[in-house]
Amino acid sequence: MVERSDIRVVRCGGSKVNLRPPIISTDSRFVLCASGDLVKVYSTRTEEWLHSLQGHTNQVTGIALNPANHLQVYSCSADGTVKLWDFIDGILIKTFIIGYPLFAIYVSEKHEGVLFLHVSMATDSKNECFQLVAVHPPKSAEQEVEAKEMSVVSSHISSNPSCTAFGRGGEYIAFARRLQLNVYFFRKQKTCSFSLKATDKKGAKNAFTCIACHPTDDCIATGHEDGKIRLWRNFIHKKEYTYSTQHWHHNAVNTLCFTPEGTHLLSGGIESVLVQWQYGAGNRKEFLPRLGGSILHISASSDGQLFCTSHSDNSKSLSFKCLFLPMLFMLSGDAVLTDLMIDPRSIALVLNGKPGHLQFYSLLRDKHLYNLDIVQQEYIYEAGLDQFEVVKAAFDIKGSWLATVEERGQKSSDLEFFLKLWAFDERTQSFVLNTTITAAHTDRIISMCFSSSEETTMLVTTAEDGQFKAWCQGADADTQQDQNFWSCDFVGSYHNLKPTNCSFSADSSLLAVSFQEVITIWSPETWEMLTTLCQPPGVIRDLCFGRLSCSKYLLGTTTRNLLCCWNLLTCALEWSSSVEVSKLQPDPLSENVAAFSYQSKHTDLFVFKPSEPRPLFTNKNVCSEKVHRAVFVPREEPLNNCDESSQWLNRSQLYFLTQNMDLLTFSTATEEDRMLSSSKQLVIDDSVAVTPFYLLLGKHRQQQQKLNTQSHPAADKPQQPQGSVTIKELLHTPAHVLPAASVLCSMFVNSLLISNTGVQEEMDSEKEEEDSEEEMEACDSQQELRVQGSVDEVTLKLSKAQERELKRVRKTDFSWMAGLIDSKP
Amino acid sequence: MASFKPTKVQFLPKLGEKVTEETLYWKNYKSPVQIKEFGAITKIDFSPLPPHNYAVTASTRIHIYGPHSQEPIRSFTRFRDTAYGGRFRGDGKLLVAGSEEGLIRLFDISGRVALRQFKGHSKAVHMTSFLSDGFRVVSGSDDLSCRVWDVPSAVELSSLTEHTDYIRALAPSKLNPDLFVTGSYDHTVKVFDMRSGSSVMTMQHGHPVECVLLYPSEALLVSTGGRYVKVWDLLKGGQELVSLKNHHKTVTCACLSSVGNKLLTGSLDRHVKVYNSSYKVVHNFDCDASILSMAIAPDDEALAVGMTNGVLSVRHRRHQKDKEMLTSRRRRGPSYQVFVKGKNFVPRQDDFLVSKPVKQYLRKYDKQLKSFEVSKALDTALQTWTRTSKPDVTVVVIIELNRRGTLKNALAGRNEESLTKILNFLLKHIFDPRFSRPLLMVGDIVLDLYQQVFHQSPVVERLLQRLMEVLGREAELQQELLQVLGILDTLFTSLTPRKEALAAPPVAQESQLQAA
Repeated sequence: MVERSDIRVVRCGGSKVNLRPPIISTDSRFVLCASGDLVKVYSTRTEEWLHSLQGHTNQVTGIALNPANHLQVYSCSADGTVKLWDFIDGILIKTFIIGYPLFAIYVSEKHEGVLFLHVSMATDSKNECFQLVAVHPPKSAEQEVEAKEMSVVSSHISSNPSCTAFGRGGEYIAFARRLQLNVYFFRKQKTCSFSLKATDKKGAKNAFTCIACHPTDDCIATGHEDGKIRLWRNFIHKKEYTYSTQHWHHNAVNTLCFTPEGTHLLSGGIESVLVQWQYGAGNRKEFLPRLGGSILHISASSDGQLFCTSHSDNSKSLSFKCLFLPMLFMLSGDAVLTDLMIDPRSIALVLNGKPGHLQFYSLLRDKHLYNLDIVQQEYIYEAGLDQFEVVKAAFDIKGSWLATVEERGQKSSDLEFFLKLWAFDERTQSFVLNTTITAAHTDRIISMCFSSSEETTMLVTTAEDGQFKAWCQGADADTQQDQNFWSCDFVGSYHNLKPTNCSFSADSSLLAVSFQEVITIWSPETWEMLTTLCQPPGVIRDLCFGRLSCSKYLLGTTTRNLLCCWNLLTCALEWSSSVEVSKLQPDPLSENVAAFSYQSKHTDLFVFKPSEPRPLFTNKNVCSEKVHRAVFVPREEPLNNCDESSQWLNRSQLYFLTQNMDLLTFSTATEEDRMLSSSKQLVIDDSVAVTPFYLLLGKHRQQQQKLNTQSHPAADKPQQPQGSVTIKELLHTPAHVLPAASVLCSMFVNSLLISNTGVQEEMDSEKEEEDSEEEMEACDSQQELRVQGSVDEVTLKLSKAQERELKRVRKTDFSWMAGLIDSKP
Repeated sequence: MASFKPTKVQFLPKLGEKVTEETLYWKNYKSPVQIKEFGAITKIDFSPLPPHNYAVTASTRIHIYGPHSQEPIRSFTRFRDTAYGGRFRGDGKLLVAGSEEGLIRLFDISGRVALRQFKGHSKAVHMTSFLSDGFRVVSGSDDLSCRVWDVPSAVELSSLTEHTDYIRALAPSKLNPDLFVTGSYDHTVKVFDMRSGSSVMTMQHGHPVECVLLYPSEALLVSTGGRYVKVWDLLKGGQELVSLKNHHKTVTCACLSSVGNKLLTGSLDRHVKVYNSSYKVVHNFDCDASILSMAIAPDDEALAVGMTNGVLSVRHRRHQKDKEMLTSRRRRGPSYQVFVKGKNFVPRQDDFLVSKPVKQYLRKYDKQLKSFEVSKALDTALQTWTRTSKPDVTVVVIIELNRRGTLKNALAGRNEESLTKILNFLLKHIFDPRFSRPLLMVGDIVLDLYQQVFHQSPVVERLLQRLMEVLGREAELQQELLQVLGILDTLFTSLTPRKEALAAPPVAQESQLQAA
């Protein structure tokens, strides 16, 4: 039966996790953060992604723990709903439909059953007028509840959710907007407002950027645009308020957070230094520098042991007092300058990571693997500073070489760039710098690619100075050194035109370099120009060779909406079609080529074979943004879809990155089924932390596995798995369902015993008594001995037939019993 | 929390010389020992027996030196006129030498007086040698004849007068006692066979031949003369194998190293060149004066070079032992054991490991950069020792400051003294292609910052004047270079056959890069 497989676009991470502050569960075991339209749950100990809370249809804009039940979490979304989840099991408990797009959620222990939400003013959302409303969700047993009961708390709040905070267990709420700080007291139903001057004498910028309230004291800490932190006190009386100023940050304070006990205040800004101010001790402070990107949010766990910071480079880190656990979650950086690439060794997606780094991101496990430091320079966190960034990267076909280009001075006139070549080191399992080329070209490098042949690796770079260069590993006979460095092998140009793109054919016998409107074909062996191809109007934008059976075709796209296919045997245009193609991506494992076209504000995808003019698959309106980066990722095990439209996804999967930095992919129905079945298992089981109990059982399990792998006598082979199954059952069944321990005990002990069923089969039915006794051996071996003795006595007066019987019994192996007796102390 | 990343000092390779195993081998000689002789040293010969003493023929005497002695251990002074061509016999016991007056003398190494004197040549004898049987001596003379003498009876066995000019080169065959090769100023090299009593092979060198040399296999023959070194294949009937023109004055001597048979040639242009087996120059020894003679000890233990000014320079091979001696003497501070103590301890399986954080050692300027003390970091980088011996470190700090956008701050507010330091550094290194870019930027900033106050200090003003002059000169030079490149480009384009694509040779590209 042919399975009907429906292909749909799936968002597969990549979205930001730094939009809203993460929260740490009360037992400090989980970190929850809003990411796209999901809420992701991470374990703090293993730093692994556990599961996601799926259900919102738009960006999740806020999450807050339910103060009434610490195992539940509220999440609000721009789709106008608030959802209540059990985050450990990932179960949706309730949905409250508010009806307006929500921008943040706050809860307070004092106001149980009340949700405070940021709502955009319904009338004109462009003015950025936000209201803080209190919602009393109605109590009902239904899954979906409409909550229409709203009361406005304040209508002058900032769009930034970190400018609102509850103070002193919910007695008052403080919110700041531009230069005004308002405090609303719930008991008095009164608002006090304090304002600062726009600038003071020294040109300080006083606008509020964030706010935090002391958990027990009447104190509000506010952060300002110029890096000052003000601590407000005595604000209950409108006239007699005081504030003290502390200044360390040299740029805006992004976030402030009090520890749960209120002993410390944490602040963070663009400098990427977590500053810990001692509360009430003036200027005493501690620093935790170089955490990653600039700090956007800080949250503290309820026991004050863990802090979670989220950074502008979309990473998260956990800090534990002085000890530091780097914990990098998902990411795609804010600006992906390199192409999407696949590391052929680890099948990891490679793109820009931390500033000056390349990140390796495993798509299968949705886990960040590691960052490779490319620039190898101290990163200075300062606004407006021109820094080195990795702009190009390429892998060779085996993944043993990586070429990167880093660039600085895009804005100013003097451009600095380095071409670096990295060799894969088997011993350390990472890339090691082999060659740095300081002046590879006289102008910016536009594109580069490795030759795809197995024997010799060659890199070709094209640059704006009108040249393309071929780089080879210097096989110099004179310099008999261990390491081989890369050097320039050939410099080519064509009528001083600016090259745009280069590509090697599948067997790397041909190199195609496009110069404006002309494509030149070169032979890399002799560096002879073989032919030129030209399709006049429009500059060539993308270039790729066909693979496998279509290797005689060369595909190119031009800026004038033309997709051309040349036949290299006849050197003539095979076909062309008028499509505005923004990205052309060949599949390395098949003949298929994917083309993303951007027309009338939405992106279409065409998958085709160069030999056939009819596309294999078309998907209109994949997304609304332009797609500039895409990559085919080989699957671990090929799917076997028979359906024609989804066959192209059998061997590799297509990932693409939109302009909003969302990583999307296509999934088929069969794949989803498989995913579902696997997710039915208890997810948390695998990834919870290593406890003593786990160690004990884990060790046991490992031993069993070891035993299983060894070649044992056939007798006790089937017994082993049975034992492990019993243990598994024991562990997986909830405790209240299990029978009494006494019942379980014998079963458990039995499962651990090595029984001799093989021997038993030989014995006669007469020995049934003995068999029954054998079962008891484990409990009492003394008895066992006595039983044997009695058997011997009886045999003295036995007949011949019985004697023969006895001989047989004697012959049977009882050595296992000796072991048993020895083991007794 | 990532640790501070120290500034990386880029290692920039120098253009030109490549480090190969051969250059390393030939570089491994100690600095030469200079011994002054009485006149130009015309011949040096090593004894084939250990300890490999060597005979040096200079002026009217022949000195024999031990392998490590500075003073002659023996000298033969009974010459009335200039002595020539002192050579050992194969067993190292006898020595033969010609002289200006035409006499050939035979010495016992342990004696003083000549054992035999061979009379017959009418003019100076420049070359003498034993044939490989050890009982005959062959000599080449300015009277155009080449004679063979019997050692026991001191009589002339034969005289060969085939050359038409002075005979100044001679090499006996080691495999055959009847063969020897002569080279003459009549531009020919001849191979003589005593059995036939005449030459069996003649090769045209094209220049007066100064030296001939046979490879140990005796299939190849080397002849030097004029600026040329030519290698002939004797098995192919004297075909020219290769002609080398690496010297720019007459090549006077040649010898073969005993390890790997590498050819060495010495010339009047004061260079000794070492060739590899494919006859490419791999190393070059420089000497103070024109080289007349040269010899290399068995196992390449020592290289002796004789020059026109009478200086004998001997280079001894550096041994691993010597190096160790040197380093052990130089060692200060704790021993190696102190550093590796406990480092190679392997923990057992159930040991509880407490890891100690590795302390990061930073250079002083890095420490200052870490705490954002930019002026101090620049001061550190401009310290006299760093500035003079490691200018790349100074430049790296300047680049780093520029990257941080604080170069201007670091350069501002300096007094005359530190400004002179900076300007002197600029003067010295601004034309180094590796440093010129950042240093030009520094110059710009300095000019911007101190424009108003320059006239207050005459020292700084003078330095700026100099900088201006030097920069002007360099700009002119660059312009000329670009003109030359333009000319060369037109030449190249006219030379290459008409083709659509023009692939400029990489060499030209590189020079262009440098010029830019």
